[in-house]
Amino acid sequence: MSTATSARPMTAPSSHAPRAGGTRRRSRTRTRLELTLLLAPALLLFAGFVLVPIGVAGFYSLYAWNGFGPLTDFVGLDNYVDAFSGEVFRGAIGHNLIIAGLSIVVQLPLSISLALLLNRKLRGRTFLRMVVFAPYVLSEAVTAVIWLLMLQPGGFVDQVLRGAGLGWLVRQWLADPKIVLYTLFVVITWKYIGFGVILLLAGLQGIPAELREAAALDGATSWQATRHVVLPLLGPTIRVWIFLSVIGSLQLFDLVWIMTLGGPANASTTMATYLIDHGFKRYEFGFGSAVAVILFIICFTFALLYQRFALRRDTDGALTRAVS
Amino acid sequence: MPRRNTVGYLAAFAVVGITVVPLLFVVLGGFRTTAQINRAPAGLPGPWVWDNYAEVLGSAQFWRLLGNSALIAVIATTLAVGFGSMAAFALSRYVFRGREAFYTLFTLGLLFPLGVATLPLYLWLRQLGLLENPLGVAIPEAAFSLPITIVILRPFMNAIPVELEDAALLDGAARLGFFWRILLPLSRPALATVSILAFVSSWNFFLLPLLVFNDSTNFTLPLGVAMFQSEHSQDTAKILAFTALSMIPALTFFVLAERRMVGGLTGSVKG
Repeated sequence: MSTATSARPMTAPSSHAPRAGGTRRRSRTRTRLELTLLLAPALLLFAGFVLVPIGVAGFYSLYAWNGFGPLTDFVGLDNYVDAFSGEVFRGAIGHNLIIAGLSIVVQLPLSISLALLLNRKLRGRTFLRMVVFAPYVLSEAVTAVIWLLMLQPGGFVDQVLRGAGLGWLVRQWLADPKIVLYTLFVVITWKYIGFGVILLLAGLQGIPAELREAAALDGATSWQATRHVVLPLLGPTIRVWIFLSVIGSLQLFDLVWIMTLGGPANASTTMATYLIDHGFKRYEFGFGSAVAVILFIICFTFALLYQRFALRRDTDGALTRAVS
Repeated sequence: MPRRNTVGYLAAFAVVGITVVPLLFVVLGGFRTTAQINRAPAGLPGPWVWDNYAEVLGSAQFWRLLGNSALIAVIATTLAVGFGSMAAFALSRYVFRGREAFYTLFTLGLLFPLGVATLPLYLWLRQLGLLENPLGVAIPEAAFSLPITIVILRPFMNAIPVELEDAALLDGAARLGFFWRILLPLSRPALATVSILAFVSSWNFFLLPLLVFNDSTNFTLPLGVAMFQSEHSQDTAKILAFTALSMIPALTFFVLAERRMVGGLTGSVKG
């Protein structure tokens, strides 16, 4: 192969130069072989453990089934109708949407500010980054246990608030149905802000310092350079963050399961806790599968629309886009 | 400039406080007795008590949880990054019909939260006889880490100049040789990133092990923490010590890997 190209080094800089038919056919077979070798493991793994279970869920969802024995009790779409006619499940969808909305409105600006801050030449910057990321590496389970203990009535949070003269703020953080969802949101923010910062910092590092310097030479203030040079270049990263954040909000589970089990009075039930509570704990696998499919369709629809209208421009993905 | 930095430092100080205080609450709480904590939840240890930590460290349970988590995370990460980088190479460096379709297929995985698939996955694993088996958790975790791995690696590999590949091919290297000897080493920063993501998500994963493992000797650390919390709900100090110790591996790992992750995202290719 190399002789074919090196014979014409000046005229054929690319390796796709025309060659004799035999070589091309052989190399095409070889390419196909290489592609199979490279792609097959990932495809098999992906199909076997991501696609198949979801497809199978669609099938189970048409039956009333306790997970054991043959599928005999075909109920059509009854499971879906049951799910949607239940107030608890509709409430759960609402809770997921509230968390997703709050994430964009509250967490995004916060993440961007923090990333810009940590990207500056502050003393102790490395340490700062570490600290902000720390909660992200902790499991939701650990986070849940920590905050569960801190939020006990008369516990750490209450005592700190009282000590700061903010005693009037004290609430039944996890026992008041009106508040519990927002309490959970604060905990989620504490845990996930670091992830946004990681992502955005990576994006920021891909923006050449020369661009900022050029803007400064042209008389732009630091804020103007940030607003008109840095933020637009961060666009792809921000769009990816929004995407991941909404998908994450839609599948919220661990934190809620450990801290409240969806309570009190279903005030913090999410689609996923509902799914596990009904499908798994109560052995209603047919019904649970239907809920899984609904959750899937909601995520999928959002994702498709988002891909179509927001991510289209960033076909290359955002995280490492600026590396070249 | 100095004024801006003052604002910066103030904000940084607030952020550090909000982040660190809950962690300190856990670590210091482990050095207190439950009576001390109940009396003053926000107080400091006085006197310092070592028993909680000693008891947790002396229990086989803690070390078993740690071992289970490590085994599963290592398997999941190896599978995801190994297979993912191969696929990303094919999808970034080869031109063939259906390439974008394959890529889209994988990116679709980003839309399938594992939570959605867990219940059917549980039934599927039961059929495969993988319940109560570390592989029953590690393999699906790897499968669900593939999309993000490929989505991050592909553009990174794409960005490595074609001239480099042409030069390697001119020098007589096969494409797979180029992948192994040049592209993978050059992709180290991105590989570090995806490895960390896969490892951390496996390490922290709760829902799938919750369904797959019934026998508490198979539990992973997150399950163990949640279980410990509900079993010892009267003994706050002990829970805090247990939780504090269970944070250490993740935090240590992160401290070691953080610089490569963020700092490494640019670089290497530029030179």
